[in-house]
Amino acid sequence: MDKQQPLLSVKNLKTHFFMDEGVVKAVDGVTFDVQAGQVFGIVGESGCGKSVTMKAVLRLVDPPGRIVGGEIMLRRTNEDGSTNEAIDLVKLDANGKMMRDIRGAEIALIPQEPMASFSPVHTIGDQICEAIMLHQSVDKRAARKIALQMLKDVGIPIPEQRLDEYSWQLSGGLRQRAIIAMALSCNPRLLIADEPTTAVDVTTQAQVLRLLRRLQEQRNAAIIFITHDLGVIAQMADSVMVMYLGLVMEQGPVETIFHNAKHPYTQALLRSIPTVTMTPRVNLPTISGSIPHPFNKPKGCPFHPRCEKSIAGKCDARTPALQAAGERQWVSCFLYHDVEVSA
Amino acid sequence: MLRFIVQRLLILPFLVLLFSVIVFWLVQAPPGDFLTSYVANLASSGSSIDAEQVEALKRQFGLDQPGYIQYWRWMESLSKGDLGLSLEYQRPNTELIGERLVLTIALALFAFVITWLFAIPAGIYSATHQNSWLDYVLTVLNYIGVATPNFMLALILMWLAFSYLGLSVTGLFSPEYIQAPWSWERVVDLMKHIWLPAIVLGVAGTARLTRVMRANLLDELNKPYVVTARAKGLSEWKVVFKYPVRLALNPLVSTIGWYLPQLFSGSLIVATVMNLPNIGPLLLRALTQQDMYLAGSILLIYCFLTIVGTLISDILLALLDPRIRMEGA
Ligand SMILES: Nc1ncnc2c1ncn2[C@@H]1O[C@H](COP(=O)(O)OP(=O)(O)OP(=O)(O)O)[C@@H](O)[C@H]1O
Ligand SMILES: [Mg+2]
Repeated sequence: MDKQQPLLSVKNLKTHFFMDEGVVKAVDGVTFDVQAGQVFGIVGESGCGKSVTMKAVLRLVDPPGRIVGGEIMLRRTNEDGSTNEAIDLVKLDANGKMMRDIRGAEIALIPQEPMASFSPVHTIGDQICEAIMLHQSVDKRAARKIALQMLKDVGIPIPEQRLDEYSWQLSGGLRQRAIIAMALSCNPRLLIADEPTTAVDVTTQAQVLRLLRRLQEQRNAAIIFITHDLGVIAQMADSVMVMYLGLVMEQGPVETIFHNAKHPYTQALLRSIPTVTMTPRVNLPTISGSIPHPFNKPKGCPFHPRCEKSIAGKCDARTPALQAAGERQWVSCFLYHDVEVSA
Repeated sequence: MLRFIVQRLLILPFLVLLFSVIVFWLVQAPPGDFLTSYVANLASSGSSIDAEQVEALKRQFGLDQPGYIQYWRWMESLSKGDLGLSLEYQRPNTELIGERLVLTIALALFAFVITWLFAIPAGIYSATHQNSWLDYVLTVLNYIGVATPNFMLALILMWLAFSYLGLSVTGLFSPEYIQAPWSWERVVDLMKHIWLPAIVLGVAGTARLTRVMRANLLDELNKPYVVTARAKGLSEWKVVFKYPVRLALNPLVSTIGWYLPQLFSGSLIVATVMNLPNIGPLLLRALTQQDMYLAGSILLIYCFLTIVGTLISDILLALLDPRIRMEGA
């Protein structure tokens, strides 16, 4: 790991949902570090716990869900710009003053569904100004000015007019930009982008990605970037974490993961991306089997029923822990080590 | 927005006209007319009335004319603001209806205010504290509220008020104010009496509204915009009141329109049990006696109030919800 202290350091985070039907272990021991100024990608199939992990970081997990273990260390910045001690967000009151000061101001969220993420009965300007006035001591006029500048920064045409419009009057691409503008309006040091491009077309997607990249470089913010799309990860991220059923399978710098993936799941994911050199109209390899239902997760390594290299008597009995496997690369697989998750 | 209101106001006279035809047709639809039942009543009590007199009365009220002429004459006097004469009481309908209508509306508004004052906060509490013990208590109370017939509730409350508070709670006034002209003291006296029937009338509606508010709000609380608002760092109660509560209220506002007439007609049995001088019993008697101009006038006023109520709730909804406001623009 870098000499530098990470901005966000999540250790063995567990978030479970206690339903009448049983317990869904949506996040079951996730560990990762995000450095300041870095783009940290998270990939994984639908339902593997990406959004829940991020909700936990923001302390927005609602009942019946609860953080049942682990820590989320956030390094805070002093008034003079120097950094001070990290605090554990898990220990804070989720709706307390401290956590509310962090949400929006230090960690901001670009939610997964831009279409429904604005209230339909409040103007865009109202909702952006609200965030600004909450964290900065400015009046309405000044807040509106900042909001206007934000809309300009994210490339929304005729921003004065857009401020007084409602989200449903905006096209999908514009709405996505407005959401980004709102998230950036308080200069967060960590931006969580939960699939910010799934709801827009390819052209808009490219624009949004460029925009995020540029804003991140200008402001030296860290971005946690969640997506299903490994192509987008290759383009955006510095590091990447691969999740499967609430666990981290593999983690490392983006080049290492793409060129020297160790985990069979990561390898399988990479094989399923089309490349230009491929023969046209040949079926892409897919990962055999489907994701198990969250109520009956397989015993042992969660991936073993679908894994080509699974070791009988080992992978189906014990769960491998995330261990260093080369420089700055971590993998949880018994092919590379023999350390299991302590119960 | 203005266009929307003007449009609605322009439709209003046509609707009233349409309803007047339907109402007139309905009240004169039963076989016979006021005089046949009047004569029959006299005959059964032993006295009689000679044919000439009956003819004179017929002519006076236009009962010898065909229906469309009767309707036309009714409309003619209505357009002058005159509701006609009551056949039975031989007094102007305006006079008969006047105070009773005021009291009916006052009672309905009171019941309405009580309903919303209680149901909205209770619904919000239930939704934001889902499955807490108070949520369960409210749920049980709501079921009881919906299931209890309001005349029974009236009897129970009257009995409780009488035996524990020593209050005689029938009517809307103390005896000395019943015939008195309107004065400040009479209004105060009305306020002292109106709350009990208002509660009786409001209970079922309150229970229903609480359930609906709870369900709407639970729906809204799961919407992504709530997460967005929380992620800004707003305090929980600010989030809840600014966003989901606002959106949960919109569909309720559009029901105000048909809530008022429901209160008017629902009050008949309660009015009878509690001896309230409102319009329900008057309408019932007018209908059974075939006092057609009186019944017709009351029904037409109901229709008018319903239309106005709907208009008000449409306007409120348009004010609250920009999606509706901008639809027509
Ligand atoms: N409110 C909830 N109640 C119960 N279970 C939940 C809840 N929210 C999430 N889960 C469960 O947690 C698991 C992880 O969900 P999550 O939303 O984090 O998936 P994801 O990786 O973000 O998927 P996607 O790519 O589709 O967004 C799922 O199995 C889901 O069923
Ligand atoms: Mg998700």
